[in-house]
Amino acid sequence: MRDYLTFLYRCFRISFVGGWRYHLWMLCLTIIALLGLNAYCKQLVDGLATTGMTDHVSWGLYIANFTFLVGMAAAAVMLVIPVYIYRNKDLHDLVIFGELLAVATIIMCLLFVTVDLGRPDRFSHLLRRFNFPLSMLTWDVIVLNGYLLLNLHITGYLIYCDYRRKEPNKTFFVIPFVFVAIVWAISIHTVTAFLYVGLGARPFWNSAIIAPRFLASAFSAGPAFNILTLQVIGRFTSYNIPRSALLLLRQIVLVALTINMFLLISELFTEFYAGKTHIASTRYLYFGLLGHNALVPWIWASIVLNSLALIILYLPVTRSLRLLNIACVFLIVGIWIEKGMGLIVPAFIPSPLGEIVEYTPTINEILVCLGIWAFGLLLYTIFVRVTIPVLSGRLTYDQPFEIATQD
Amino acid sequence: MSQPDSTPPAASMSRRGFLRRGVVAATGVAAVAAALKPLLNAELELGDLTSLEKFLQQHYKELDKEEMAAVLERISREIEERYQIHPELTNVKPMDGVEFVYALNLSRCIGCRKCVHACVKENNQSRDPELQYIRVLEMPKGTIDIERGNHHYERPTVPDPDHFYMPIQCHQCANPPCVKVCPVEATWQETDGIVVIDYDWCIGCRYCEAACPYWARRFNFSQPKYASEQELKDDPEIIQKRLNPRMSYLSNRPRSVGVMEKCTYCLHRTRVGEMPACLEICPVGARKFGNVLDPASEVTQILRNKRIFVLKEDTGTLPRFFYYFDERRPQLRSGETDEIVQVTKMDAGGEA
Repeated sequence: MRDYLTFLYRCFRISFVGGWRYHLWMLCLTIIALLGLNAYCKQLVDGLATTGMTDHVSWGLYIANFTFLVGMAAAAVMLVIPVYIYRNKDLHDLVIFGELLAVATIIMCLLFVTVDLGRPDRFSHLLRRFNFPLSMLTWDVIVLNGYLLLNLHITGYLIYCDYRRKEPNKTFFVIPFVFVAIVWAISIHTVTAFLYVGLGARPFWNSAIIAPRFLASAFSAGPAFNILTLQVIGRFTSYNIPRSALLLLRQIVLVALTINMFLLISELFTEFYAGKTHIASTRYLYFGLLGHNALVPWIWASIVLNSLALIILYLPVTRSLRLLNIACVFLIVGIWIEKGMGLIVPAFIPSPLGEIVEYTPTINEILVCLGIWAFGLLLYTIFVRVTIPVLSGRLTYDQPFEIATQD
Repeated sequence: MSQPDSTPPAASMSRRGFLRRGVVAATGVAAVAAALKPLLNAELELGDLTSLEKFLQQHYKELDKEEMAAVLERISREIEERYQIHPELTNVKPMDGVEFVYALNLSRCIGCRKCVHACVKENNQSRDPELQYIRVLEMPKGTIDIERGNHHYERPTVPDPDHFYMPIQCHQCANPPCVKVCPVEATWQETDGIVVIDYDWCIGCRYCEAACPYWARRFNFSQPKYASEQELKDDPEIIQKRLNPRMSYLSNRPRSVGVMEKCTYCLHRTRVGEMPACLEICPVGARKFGNVLDPASEVTQILRNKRIFVLKEDTGTLPRFFYYFDERRPQLRSGETDEIVQVTKMDAGGEA
């Protein structure tokens, strides 16, 4: 117990140690996170009127980011499956970074849901009266927190074992949890998609293709984000990131993105060819409705970015990392638009009574979002900062702390 | 900053290093304090965190008689302090053997929007911004597709001969999608069919608002205000005049920021035998309300004899809000015999 507290204290201390680039990065993130906190305090005082949301568009940027980030949390599972099921060697030492990213993104997800609540002071009501299994939101609470705990356990256990220079007991404490986590990762998407899909009042969401598309887009954006973060780790730390690992991830992104684009085409064909009247929201999203077209440039930007990413990825040239990185950035932005604004906002336009009221987020709302993103990145940076010296054997229980800081 | 260089540990804890750390820590604390500054706003109420009593208040269904009495007393006291009126706050329960339904005669409605405002007045909705439960659509003749209705019609007089008018409010569905989705059971259906919200339990996630196909739910994006600044300047007692002191826990007591609200068929009136405010104000008698379990009630007669329809039947919500048109039974032309009204067989071809 005492050893564990020392371990936590050392983790805390080492997160303040680093070169000037590290300090600058952390300082910027802290400032943005504090600006977000400040904006959220304003929202607490004045209510959600500080956001651009209305009774017409009652979910906005918060829930959009939440939805996208649930997808990002899948990043872990796309590293876990090759390693634990297909026994891939290249990715073996990198899995933990995917799992840590999942921890950080799930925490961001929970924050995004919390800032969306009108009465966060009544959070305890969830524990006192829980509408399970009827409300999909209660399912989401369970799967998100469960996924967070699973990943915290797996990563925490492995890192602590390394710190103690102990061989981890994989059969009991890792493997079973990893396999549960694989299924669980798929469940967080499915449940989050069902949250929307189950609403008969919103034809835009009430479609069976949403959940499969959720998985496909998540399994492309997540690993793409990992490709980028792993390179950053490889560049700024002593940790070695094998190229073959990145190329394997590229393959995963490629397949997932292809499926995602195919599902998009299936969706659009079904919606538009039949010519039904229920596609007002889809029409609004892609072409605008009666002169209202706030989302049109966004969704086309998303389609263009995703298509470009797909084309670039299919070129053998992307084995050189520079083009691969460009494709990854395109794809992450494209999916962020598509799974965020593109999925949430149009469902509310037109309203169930046919009224068209558009949504524009306010500065305050955007600041809260940026704050949460900054906080999430801050967490992830700290996780990586702590993990690397432990994994490379410089931060262990039997060595003085100072050895760990010699980067 | 705290980066230890080649100097031995003792030196790294020198006065300079210590001071430097102190400055960094102080800056950090100051920055956090600055970020939290809006919370010092004098008008702030941290919701249920202001008193243990509020924080620990049970869900409506778990309050026994005495607890309910205590809660009502506390809420009355708060209303009195805040708005300087004496509320008669009660908790009206549903009556046995009663299930309320609404029927609206589209042939009569003239679209005057009097119901909209009578509702706001009766139910103590926020006035700034004004929050309304009823939306009246001006519909072109020849369709009942509500997506073609005009919400914002302005005319010197109504009705316009080329349109008909369709008021929409909460349909008190028998299969309410809003109730199903609530994560904390803050909204439910009572035995008389009315879907209610415990304003003291709602966490404000707005999932119910997304689930409702009739756009019947409203959210308090800010603290409800009963008069604008200008109105208060013109008449400092306007709030006391405006507030309806006859209140009930589940319907029209003043709401707080961050919670949902909706039409309750004026349950504080209808559960003691009165009619809803929107019905009472209607100048043309387009609105009919009553107990569908009573065979003699007007609504039962309407449901039996009129050609009625419900909105968005395909969503499976089973509304307790029905629309109908007045109709005349077809009259036989003079000279025709009764034979013509005898039904001919569907498969008439075989007989010919």
